[in-house]
Amino acid sequence: MLARHSPEHRRYTASVAALMGGYVAALVGVNLFFENSAPTGLSAYLAALLPALPIIGVFLVIGRLLLTLRDEYQRFLMTRQILIATGFMLSVATAYGFVESFGLLPHVPAFYAAILWFGGLGLGGCVNAVLGRGGEE
Amino acid sequence: MKNRLKVLRAERDWSQADLADKLEVSRQSVNAIETGKYDPSLPLAFRIADLFGLAIEDIFQRGE
Repeated sequence: MLARHSPEHRRYTASVAALMGGYVAALVGVNLFFENSAPTGLSAYLAALLPALPIIGVFLVIGRLLLTLRDEYQRFLMTRQILIATGFMLSVATAYGFVESFGLLPHVPAFYAAILWFGGLGLGGCVNAVLGRGGEE
Repeated sequence: MKNRLKVLRAERDWSQADLADKLEVSRQSVNAIETGKYDPSLPLAFRIADLFGLAIEDIFQRGE
């Protein structure tokens, strides 16, 4: 993603930073809660969901950035980056799932899909950087 | 799509950043349009044409 100093990007960066802070706090808090209280039933499910909420928030913030970017070329780049990330995540998850189903790889938690997707965003950023090279003055 | 953006900009002694400021887009956008990596939307093409006081077809032509 380019034009990182635009107001849209500043709001995005601030939102992601706040959500990441919330994620760390939720993860630490929920781990302590499970260690000390051994919750069961609905409270256990609700507590276990808490660390996922800031991550879901990041997806929403990324979507908001895409919708509010005024620079159409930046929107194009971000769309390509997101498509690459999504394709990367789906491809790796699909391949891993089949190999895992034949007992050749261990089971991994589903939230690794999000990690793959964020990694795919990095990959998409690299693709954008390579394809966008040249012509600068 | 071919375009004469770089020539028109040079005639006015504008940098890519100058043109980007006038169009209220990023410098990367100007660069991508000039180098043919990105074709602007019709509204942006009109803004470019208005800025140079030309018709869109005087700036953008068919072809690779």
